[in-house]
Amino acid sequence: MIPLPAGPVPQRADAVVVGGGINGLAISVELARRGLRDIVVLEKAYLGSGSTGRCGGGIRQVWTTEENILLAKESVACYGSLAGELGLHTFFRQGGYLMVTEDAAQLETLRSAVALQNRCGVRSEFLQPRDCLKLVPQLNVSRLAGALFCPDDGTAYPFSVVWGYARAAQRLGVKVFIRTELVDVATTGERISGVRTSRGGISTPLLINCAGPWARTLAAKVGVSLPNRQERHEIMVSESYKPFLDPMVISISNGIYFSQSMRGELLGGIGDPGEPRWEDAGSFDTRSQLRFAARFARALIDSFPPAAGMRLMRQWAGLYDVTPDHRPILGGVPGLDGYHHLCGFSGHGFMLAPVAARRMARHILTGEADEIIASLSLDRFARGEIEVDAFVVG
Amino acid sequence: MSKRILCRCEDVTRAEFREAYAEGFTELESLKRYTGVSTGFCQGKGCLVESALELSSLRDVPPGDICLTNIRPPVEPVTFAELARLEPPPLLDDLKRTSAAAGPQRPDTGDET
Repeated sequence: MIPLPAGPVPQRADAVVVGGGINGLAISVELARRGLRDIVVLEKAYLGSGSTGRCGGGIRQVWTTEENILLAKESVACYGSLAGELGLHTFFRQGGYLMVTEDAAQLETLRSAVALQNRCGVRSEFLQPRDCLKLVPQLNVSRLAGALFCPDDGTAYPFSVVWGYARAAQRLGVKVFIRTELVDVATTGERISGVRTSRGGISTPLLINCAGPWARTLAAKVGVSLPNRQERHEIMVSESYKPFLDPMVISISNGIYFSQSMRGELLGGIGDPGEPRWEDAGSFDTRSQLRFAARFARALIDSFPPAAGMRLMRQWAGLYDVTPDHRPILGGVPGLDGYHHLCGFSGHGFMLAPVAARRMARHILTGEADEIIASLSLDRFARGEIEVDAFVVG
Repeated sequence: MSKRILCRCEDVTRAEFREAYAEGFTELESLKRYTGVSTGFCQGKGCLVESALELSSLRDVPPGDICLTNIRPPVEPVTFAELARLEPPPLLDDLKRTSAAAGPQRPDTGDET
């Protein structure tokens, strides 16, 4: 990285991006690459401190809605060359995604998902339980009903990707401010005209909301009501071990997922239906709980018995910015020029951001319609055009 | 180049830590994740304070001005078998709030816990 600027923010900018996570940094790079000058990124803590740096780093194409599949497919291709583009190792490893279920009623969902994924050009396949042993020989398949495997999916290290984007952004002249909070937004008529930050005011015609779990609070400042809720999720790493696990294993019946990082740690989490869904940032609480460690350990040993003797080393929590259909909110809102969303990724921002940012930058600068952005715009909820993705896990 | 070790678990030298600082990683939260200090077996018991002192000297500020990274559970690595024998306790009461109005507001620094 290059040392970040300190002191006051510039008095004017062509664009202000709120959020120093993967979405904010990626869109600043994509806008700058397309010729926009004077871009400012505001991060209230440190880069990646929100949801990006707390996520499991999974990148998968196995979804049940076409937009998610198509975005993820572009994303996997993008991650393949991202390290070279950004100039920093991203620890991208394509060990595949093995999605399992114990519930026979979900087999039809798996089969139709595979069919849709294949039509979209994703080479996923349906597996019988015994076939899973070829991929993970020590997996407990005794109660599995079936599985889906996609060999091209994988994982990367979120912080590396964030730093790589930050470095690329700074090379392109983007000014990235950490420890800088957005206080208020000014509008003139039906246009964005500026923002007030903890380091001074910036006049700008363009404001991009990449604030993740804080996106709802930011949108409220410009009078836009987002249907998003913020869900707590916990996650952990074990001590490091020699390579023993190729794919990410993920269960759509009990919500556990685990993979092995390139440092050798087992990294995983499990959904908890008891966890709260928050509506405002004042409630956020990312403390860790013994409850998670106990629930995860049980499910892990049940799924992968050799884990019994392995040791949990560190646990933490993060927030998903969840929309009613578990798909992101992209694009602007009618009647407010210069304001755009790149949020609501529902726990999948890390895997979708590079391509969502690319499409959004093109759309913002050229005004060209983009089919995926159009179908993921905020007004879909008012129109009632909602199709929920069934493969949200964790 | 000095071979003095800062973090024994992750084999990070003081020189590597200084190099990361010069690259723009100026807070312990980022230095931890870039260099690996405090992320190994001991989870920082052996190096967090040493790293903070090193950073205070690099930034030329008193050690008390350096913000430490969050200390996360468990205190020592625990086998999954031991954890699995526990009956999962209920959610922390504080987490059951769904809006700020229902409880005391926590400082929102973005890097708590």
